[in-house]
Amino acid sequence: MSGSTDDKLRLATVWLGGCSGCHMSFLDLDEKLFGLAERVDVVFGPLTDVKVFPEDVDLTLVEGAVANEDNLELAHQLRANSRVVVSFGDCAVTGNVTSLRNRLGEPDELLQRVYGDAPDLAGQVPRSVVPALLPTVQPLHEVIPIDVYLPGCPPSAERIGRALELLLDALEAGEGLPDLTGRGPDDLRFG
Amino acid sequence: MSPREPRATVPVTIDGQEVDAVEGETILSLARRVGVPIPTLCYLDGLSVHGGCRLCSVEVDGDPRLRLACATPVWQDMDIRTSTWDLQEHRRRIIELLFAEGNHICATCVSSGACELQDLAATNRVDHIHYELSYADEGVDASHPKYVLDRDRCVKCTRCVRVCAEVEGASVWEIAERGGGSRLVAEMDVPWGEASSCTWCGKCVLVCPTGALSFKGRGVGEMRHDAEVVAFLSRARNEGEWVNRTDEEVPS
Repeated sequence: MSGSTDDKLRLATVWLGGCSGCHMSFLDLDEKLFGLAERVDVVFGPLTDVKVFPEDVDLTLVEGAVANEDNLELAHQLRANSRVVVSFGDCAVTGNVTSLRNRLGEPDELLQRVYGDAPDLAGQVPRSVVPALLPTVQPLHEVIPIDVYLPGCPPSAERIGRALELLLDALEAGEGLPDLTGRGPDDLRFG
Repeated sequence: MSPREPRATVPVTIDGQEVDAVEGETILSLARRVGVPIPTLCYLDGLSVHGGCRLCSVEVDGDPRLRLACATPVWQDMDIRTSTWDLQEHRRRIIELLFAEGNHICATCVSSGACELQDLAATNRVDHIHYELSYADEGVDASHPKYVLDRDRCVKCTRCVRVCAEVEGASVWEIAERGGGSRLVAEMDVPWGEASSCTWCGKCVLVCPTGALSFKGRGVGEMRHDAEVVAFLSRARNEGEWVNRTDEEVPS
């Protein structure tokens, strides 16, 4: 079923334009992480040291909005290599805090304002090494097709745990994806 | 309380349930009485009916168009459906359009956790916004000493307009312009702090369903509205029932 040698599902987590709060909330699963580790191999994410998004991933949680060129490239890679993509947290789902810059003008103006005009930076605007900003920050579903949405800023560990359990159950059983929207406000809420 | 003639009842079917409706009452009033949930946003007990948000739209058998539950009186043998898939989809699209039109970022909002729009999204199963977001930037009017208006969080429900005119009698608020360009303005579009007709009563802030109107100084998630104050005032004035709401909540 999965590409894994020991038949565990392959789980990836991705950190795009967000604060990492969703990953922190994921870590708040605490002891449930042991149970999760028995069901999945974590093959990519901020918690691994893998540099290139691998092939044959079963389930990918994507935190953060699409804010720069690296985010965009990684979004397309992860979509091509994942069976199920979860838009994970409000930044991925709506743009959220990351998208607040959208009303402040073009990226060049913005960078000039933040870095160029800052008194301590001698007019230095970061342009090399760091990826270029996209004209606007976009929610993930405006860039790639999404299978499941898990809003929240961040989604609580309980919400993440319940969603993962349902998704992994469905994937292991080879069933269609569960509908996560009808499970009450505790499992579905912006903010 | 003034004596009233008991009103006649008419048989009505709501979601397959046969009930006796009071002649002349609205579909919404009936639904609430018999425990059928219909989502509302602009409607508020104690204020005039606006019928602007369209969230309470229901289907009536034999009627080709949707009817507003808040504004449509029942009639004999009316067959009402309140939660068909089409209606649920219709409501989701409305909620998503409201999100797309403003700048409703819950994570940075004073009313997060006590917001009717946030609740409506959750209860109507909105998990993302299909429409391109506008990232509106109307700005914040913090000119009033006690209150703040964030127009990007305004859903133009006009509760504030109505409570100010109908309950406080001050008529500070109005909606200027039309369609997507419409905006809440104080008096003749002056900064709120310069609106001399404002009595500082704060009822507009209490009835606001979102974070558009708030008490100054509230941080993220710290604002709590109290829209039910209007029903209390209305009952008190019109029916002479000055029931202390705090007493009602104290267990005997």
